[in-house]
Amino acid sequence: MLTILLQRLAQMAFVMFGISVMVFLIFFATPGSDPAARIAGKNAAPETLAAVRHDFGLDQSLPVQYAVMMKKLFVTGDLVSFVNRGLKVVPAIVEATPVTLSLVFGAALLWVAGGLAIGIAAAAFRGRLIDRLLMILSLTGVAIPVFWLGEMTNLLSQNRLHDTLFFSWVPALGYVPFAEDPLGWFKALLLPWFTLALGFIGLYGRVLRASIVEIYQEDFIRTARAKGLSESRILLRHALRMSLVPFVTMFGLDFGALVGGGALMTEVVFGLNGVGKLTYDSLQSLDLPVIMASVLYASFFVVVANALVDIAYLMLDPRIRSN
Amino acid sequence: MTSPLLQVRDLSVSFASRKGQTAIIETLSFHVDEGETLCIVGESGSGKTVALMSMLGLLDPRSARVEGEALFKGRNMLQASERELQRIRGREIALISQDPMTALTPVHTIGWQIVEQIRTHTGLSRRAAEARALELLGEVGIARPRMVAEQYPHQLSGGMRQRVVIAMALSCNPSLLIADEPTTALDVTVQAQVLDLLRRLRRDFGSSIVLITHDMGVVAEMADRVLVMYGGRVVEEGQTEAIFSDPWHPYTWGLLDSIPPLDGPRPERLFSIPGSPPQPDRRPAGCIFRPRCRAALPECNLAPPRQRGADRNALCFLDEGERPVARSAARRSEEQPA
Repeated sequence: MLTILLQRLAQMAFVMFGISVMVFLIFFATPGSDPAARIAGKNAAPETLAAVRHDFGLDQSLPVQYAVMMKKLFVTGDLVSFVNRGLKVVPAIVEATPVTLSLVFGAALLWVAGGLAIGIAAAAFRGRLIDRLLMILSLTGVAIPVFWLGEMTNLLSQNRLHDTLFFSWVPALGYVPFAEDPLGWFKALLLPWFTLALGFIGLYGRVLRASIVEIYQEDFIRTARAKGLSESRILLRHALRMSLVPFVTMFGLDFGALVGGGALMTEVVFGLNGVGKLTYDSLQSLDLPVIMASVLYASFFVVVANALVDIAYLMLDPRIRSN
Repeated sequence: MTSPLLQVRDLSVSFASRKGQTAIIETLSFHVDEGETLCIVGESGSGKTVALMSMLGLLDPRSARVEGEALFKGRNMLQASERELQRIRGREIALISQDPMTALTPVHTIGWQIVEQIRTHTGLSRRAAEARALELLGEVGIARPRMVAEQYPHQLSGGMRQRVVIAMALSCNPSLLIADEPTTALDVTVQAQVLDLLRRLRRDFGSSIVLITHDMGVVAEMADRVLVMYGGRVVEEGQTEAIFSDPWHPYTWGLLDSIPPLDGPRPERLFSIPGSPPQPDRRPAGCIFRPRCRAALPECNLAPPRQRGADRNALCFLDEGERPVARSAARRSEEQPA
């Protein structure tokens, strides 16, 4: 078990290194373009360009440039945006991280719980009316775009019905740090959580139902029936665990991608200044240092989430544990 | 005469298919007495497994339609509620399934799975159930029960897993044990051990056993009575010695002739019944075996009568007088393959 974990950790470090090299090469070694010009932004003065060249070691070899960049990102943390004059990139990301983490963690809790509930209920009543209704509802959930749902939620809770009993508790858009006001944090995030989670609840419910129904074809389910177990026990103790493998796989990918900036639409709609919003803004202004840093940050979370998924496999299936 | 442990009358099973209902089993009747071993033989697709699964309520009710009557200790299993069936399954009728490699839930330990069954049917405490599980594992000849109980199915060999499945089936002292080709997936040496085990269990616990197989060798070794199935029907039924010494139905001739002889000159090639069993939706009218039968008569286009004798019957037009002639004629034609 421990060796598997250590192996995973080493693999993670290696993958991270690979990603950083690739990202670096894309930005700094694309033929026919001058990285200095891109870092300095449009219409930069010749002095700025010279300063950038010197600052990023662009007159030196590629490995040195890579080392300088990594030093700026991880050691000194003094990477500065030239487009957005004087913005310190690393602190900006550090500041945005708790917003994104709060949003995605809360939504993840909701969608895991909702996906489990829908998948299990639909599988238990498969072929019957409840199953069909749940599947139609989840398909609807999957089909509703997040930005539309977010805007509609805002329209109702911030404008039209804000003064009614239902929505008078909803605070103004924006993020409230947990440390300052836990209740305010919760109120500010509740609707964004539901908005972000809805599509995932539908998707995960459908995937879970499909994999439970598939597991029901297995011989060991027949054995469980022949043992005289109750249907609920067969579902929860014999079918569910193996059915969770695709569920967990998807969760790892989605969670990593969302923390890494994929929640940007929810963040933009609800005025949450998270990593997604930061990436979105930097893409609009082609702010190379910020893009570079946020891509690396995102890849970190994707890699970590995948490692956690592998550990979850170990817990779910003893067959993986032993080899 | 006491009533048999299990009495199946006119069992019919059909499955929903694109072309409407397809009959898999038609008016099947048989019985199992207390303490006897009944072997059900027949090729794959003859409906052996489906017949018993339908009785236990293990077929998917959305696609399978089951009619008839299956009285187990006087209760009709086909009319029983799901709750009643759950009480009978695993407690009074236990199932040993064909493939031990896939019959156990991969994510739970062996001990956990046996304890689960014991605790479902009895009020034993966890500790007592665990002790019983270890005892059972010992009884089926597992050398280190304590270690095996803590292992997962994938850590055991096929033979070991089949022992575990048998131990689990026995955990509540069932009065009827259904073994669905319990040795097909195993090595020959392990097969012999598993059969030995089943025989010992019958002796020690006095349970009745229904053994589904397509191996006539296994039948000769294990059975008190034999039920030969073809195309969803019983084509012949009788005591084991009677079936082996004087088979009535041409299909049974074929099954017996395809066993390699133990002594005498080695045959150049073994006999095999020509053709393959018909798909359930393409069964011919009249006698289902007719297209493959070496002794087919013109009247075989009609539904064959059931020939009856003391304690046995066969579904065929050939009666007592015609049988020996027909069989020797069939033998000759076997020796000169077309």
